[in-house]
Amino acid sequence: MNLLISLFSGAIVYAVSVMYAGIGETFSERAGVMNLGVEGIMLMGAVSGYITAVNTHNLLLSFLVVLLTGAVFGLVFAFLTVTLQADQTVCGMAMLIFGTGLSGFLGKDVAGVAANLKFENISIPLLGKLPFLGPIFFQQNLLVYAMYFIVPASLFYIYKTKQGLYLRALGENPAALDSAGMNVFAMRYAYVTFGCAMMAVSGACVSLANTNFWSSGMTAGKGWIAFALVAFSSWNPFKLMMGALLFGFISCLGSNLQIYLPSVPTEIYSALPYIATIVAFILTTGNFRKSHTAQPAALCKPYDRESR
Amino acid sequence: MRKLRLEKKSTSSGLSILLNSLLFVALALVFCGFIIGAVGFNPLEVYGKMFSKAFLSSRGIRKAIESGLPLMLCGLGVSVAFRMNLNNIGAEGQYAVGAIFGAAFALYGPKLPGILGILALAVCCFTGGALWALLSAAPKAFWDVDESITTLMLNYIALILLSYLCLGPWKAKGQNVGQTEKIAENLALPEISGLKISTAFPVVIVIALLLFGFYKYTASGYQINVIGKSLTAAKYAGINIKKNIILVLALSGGLAGLAGFVQYAGITGRVQENMPNNAGYTGIVIAYLSRFNPLVVIIVSILFAGLQNSSATVQVMGVPAQIATMMQGAIMIIVIAGDFFQRYKIVSDKKGGRAS
Repeated sequence: MNLLISLFSGAIVYAVSVMYAGIGETFSERAGVMNLGVEGIMLMGAVSGYITAVNTHNLLLSFLVVLLTGAVFGLVFAFLTVTLQADQTVCGMAMLIFGTGLSGFLGKDVAGVAANLKFENISIPLLGKLPFLGPIFFQQNLLVYAMYFIVPASLFYIYKTKQGLYLRALGENPAALDSAGMNVFAMRYAYVTFGCAMMAVSGACVSLANTNFWSSGMTAGKGWIAFALVAFSSWNPFKLMMGALLFGFISCLGSNLQIYLPSVPTEIYSALPYIATIVAFILTTGNFRKSHTAQPAALCKPYDRESR
Repeated sequence: MRKLRLEKKSTSSGLSILLNSLLFVALALVFCGFIIGAVGFNPLEVYGKMFSKAFLSSRGIRKAIESGLPLMLCGLGVSVAFRMNLNNIGAEGQYAVGAIFGAAFALYGPKLPGILGILALAVCCFTGGALWALLSAAPKAFWDVDESITTLMLNYIALILLSYLCLGPWKAKGQNVGQTEKIAENLALPEISGLKISTAFPVVIVIALLLFGFYKYTASGYQINVIGKSLTAAKYAGINIKKNIILVLALSGGLAGLAGFVQYAGITGRVQENMPNNAGYTGIVIAYLSRFNPLVVIIVSILFAGLQNSSATVQVMGVPAQIATMMQGAIMIIVIAGDFFQRYKIVSDKKGGRAS
């Protein structure tokens, strides 16, 4: 019973830390801009939040700095891909490398310094006391609780609101939106910036919630898993959540199995999430299913009014 | 009053691309200077130390060439794929698997005399990298599965495999670090006598020249360029896309696998736990900055290797070693931004009518 509880609550914690980035990437890709730099932006979020936490001991301020860092990276990325119409893959790699390097550079002074300040687990009155479900769902940190609302809210936004309709059109046929008098460039800027801010929050999940330290490269591939999950989920936040939970479960299962089956090399468990990503990715995006993929038609295509 | 306006340019010469790139690299250095200053170091002192250590002594240059060798091969490998618009982000893993195959040959392979042994070792490394790339190439060719994600995920798996082997079954006896036994004398690449540079360097230059000729003078090389420029045009011309995807990714991975060969047989003599050490990712930056031109890849690789080596020298001052990665990223971002001016020029209009 305790094992199950720790498996499921661990899966949720893991899932939430990739879902912020995943939802950010979903909005960005729905708007037609693919951001490969998730990992780099997550690291920047993680380090900026942690530095602020060490120096100010103010959690709210740290969180705002995380959002701001993500937004600044988002504006730069949007400038490159939307205004300058540069190749999105190459820009993404550039953001990744710059973010990884800069975070290691800036984080030198706080590496190994304890901040003793993080999003603590809060037990919700009554609900937290429920047997089994309580410890899994209602004894988590604030970032996890926020995610309970973000998933339905983003589903509602994308599929039920007028703005969501524009967003979907933005990734499918920006020229049509432009003809309807909408500002394609401003909308893309907004969604790319929002997406990057969310990725930075994912970083904060790693350094200020799940663990409470900073070390260079600490996100260890989570950004890439978030990135892969977006395509895997057909750009749908609900499926994204299911995918992320599945992943969280596999990775927690790995670390738990290690205790029961010590003869299997630990490397197998660490490789498991990556192998699962590849297999799931091939199965969900391969064109052997005749159905049409949900990939936004204008993804990776810079919008150029002159060549419309 | 003059009004500024953007106008599309049709072509730009090689020289203007070079000058443009240099200008924006300089801007990137200024930008990083501000960051270095903000952290509390004197940027001029840091840059001065880095530059003099890396490029102003024969030892520094020799070191830069030596550590540039794997970068060159990764850069060459990546550029082959990028030329065809295939985003091979997996050079890191292909390098690792190349090294693994090489070590397997050195451990279990037959003992071949003289140059044959070295050749066989190189072939093994190439095959390792190529096979690893094929794992992404096959789904891409047959089911149109995006290669950037699969190549990337395979990096992590390859690195886990490499560290498992180096820390487990292949670990050299009596060592604390994860590395294999020293390579047999007859398999190691010799140094050029007098110059103290590994013979791998001329070999890599020959590979780059061959690639240059391949792009310029062969039909297959031309096909790669056509597919890269326009997939529709290539399909219309009857070029076999599937075959090209497989071949190009295999070649790309194989070249990255050879990076494992030069590092193993030419420099370290052992396969090490963290051997690729981001060379695969740096290779992407190098390939892009070189505009996928194999000969330019060699030069940029040496400069980048120098940059990386010099980051170790400023560590004494307390500057984190990540300064090299940060500078590479900044250079890439700013050069990408600068590329805009390859495609557009700023024209100023006189009030009222248009000048053109």
